[in-house]
Amino acid sequence: MTVLKTENISIQFGGLMAVSNLSLEVNQGELVGLIGPNGAGKTTIFNMLTGVYKPTNGRILIKDRNDRLQDIGRLHPYQITALGMARTFQNIRLFKNLTVLDNVRIANHLNVEYNTIEAVLRLPRYEREEKRIKEQSMELLRIFNIEQKSDELAKNLPYGEQRKLEIVRALATRLHILLLDEPAAGMNPQETLELMDLIKYIRDRFKLTILLIEHDMKLVMGICQRIFVLDYGRLIARGTPEEIAHNPLVIKAYLGKEMENDA
Amino acid sequence: MSTKKTAVVCFLVVAVVLLLLYTLVALRIIDEYTSQVLTVAGINVIIALGLNLISGFTGQLALGHAGFMAVGAYTTAALVMKLNVPIFPAMLGGALMAALFGFLIGLPTLRLRGDYLAIVTLGFGEIIRVVMINLPKLTGGPAGLKGIPTFTTNFFWRPVLSFAMVYFTLALVVVFLSNLLKSSHGKAIISIREDEIAANAMGINVFYYKIFAFTLSAFIGGLGGALYAPFFGYLSPNMFNFQKSVEFLIIVVLGGMGNLTGTVLAGIGLTYLQEILRFLKDYRLVIYPVILIIVMIFQPSGVMGLFGNREFSLTAIINKLIGKSPNREKSADKAGEV
Repeated sequence: MTVLKTENISIQFGGLMAVSNLSLEVNQGELVGLIGPNGAGKTTIFNMLTGVYKPTNGRILIKDRNDRLQDIGRLHPYQITALGMARTFQNIRLFKNLTVLDNVRIANHLNVEYNTIEAVLRLPRYEREEKRIKEQSMELLRIFNIEQKSDELAKNLPYGEQRKLEIVRALATRLHILLLDEPAAGMNPQETLELMDLIKYIRDRFKLTILLIEHDMKLVMGICQRIFVLDYGRLIARGTPEEIAHNPLVIKAYLGKEMENDA
Repeated sequence: MSTKKTAVVCFLVVAVVLLLLYTLVALRIIDEYTSQVLTVAGINVIIALGLNLISGFTGQLALGHAGFMAVGAYTTAALVMKLNVPIFPAMLGGALMAALFGFLIGLPTLRLRGDYLAIVTLGFGEIIRVVMINLPKLTGGPAGLKGIPTFTTNFFWRPVLSFAMVYFTLALVVVFLSNLLKSSHGKAIISIREDEIAANAMGINVFYYKIFAFTLSAFIGGLGGALYAPFFGYLSPNMFNFQKSVEFLIIVVLGGMGNLTGTVLAGIGLTYLQEILRFLKDYRLVIYPVILIIVMIFQPSGVMGLFGNREFSLTAIINKLIGKSPNREKSADKAGEV
């Protein structure tokens, strides 16, 4: 079943066509990669999917919590998150001066069941809900092995853990579609390996559909079931990792060069 | 000790401290001059707390809280004097009117990111002042509005009652804000300051919470004004000039943006300082900016930045006294410091 679908979306910034006529679909439970050289429009696509930018043309549909495909054309980012799709950011955007736990708790905001008055008067429902949220947040932190740092300020975490915290925070929104924007950027090979396992683990554990942008070819080729390749805002190839690796267009645009550099 | 019991103890401690202060004022152990200064300080703190909510916690700079104070004060006075509304509903009316203004100003400006709110509130403060000057029927014009009924006409009880009203309200505002800011809704407000884009992506309706925080901030500003009118008995538009708005901002910055304890301490401290420096005449107005500059250079996170920006917590103290390990997550009612 399709959970995320774009129909001929384009976006124009002034005279620049950043993304043109892009159609892609992601199925339930899939782990899909979105790759392309720098400036190909990958993050722009994420920004359109999450409602930060509105496409100039075309439609974006995502599956909501009632298993229906919804057009998100007019929705704000927070409404799209409420439908069950959340993201991480390429340039980490944590709430830096808050504790690790608070970062996760804030992402729980959508499923808090008390109102302001109950909170101010400290009514029983407030206490109950806060307890539940705290436990759930700690549980998530435990999966990523950063629960012992729950009281530290987010800005004081090492880089790799900040990246992990971004994923935890996205998970706390109770999503079913996760968009990861370069989750391995800046990680060392060992950390990247751990991250690959972690991504697979959370997909199975939370029954997620994951779309990720990544430059680390080992990660993309290692865990993605399907890959979309973008160049100059156009989709130039799609398929399994093997197909992509042997696609002459892709090699020409991107992989070929990359591999020569590697070798 | 359960959370509930701790809360009750907190409540009792606050009540006892307040009653003790009231008694000291009533017995004139705290002399009339001091209690007057403390009352003014209390009002300043209340308004500065309101300002801290929008500027310190939500991260949206506002420069017109003297305007909200004026709206609260003049509305209260008008309700009492023209419509014979009893004083307490009139004060509530004043605060609500300020909140309405806040809401209307916020509606167009808070959609935008950046310093638009600062510019618009700056203009608003001046507009209110000029309007008050030019509505002599309602406000007495530039000469000011005299003869506003005070809380009581009794010579003995007047300072006590003013003091009691202001500090009771202050305690309520502190408990309200501190509880709000610890809840998920308050955290949503703080997350806007930290990163608006990320907050939006985490499912927080950024615009709603900005409006909510700003309206509440204006309400608290109006409440300060509503307390001011019957305490002073006289209002003049020039009391609410830009200088006054900046005074509130200095309290917030000096105490630490986003720290309630700091605002309370800085508010009382600065109001006192202004009294102590009276012999300097107009030069004392220079002292404020000088202090601000010094703080910005050596301690940019404000006074409470020295203490890791922690809040004063009565609960933590109580838990420590009874030997329970301090638990930062428990309710931290900090009204006891007033």
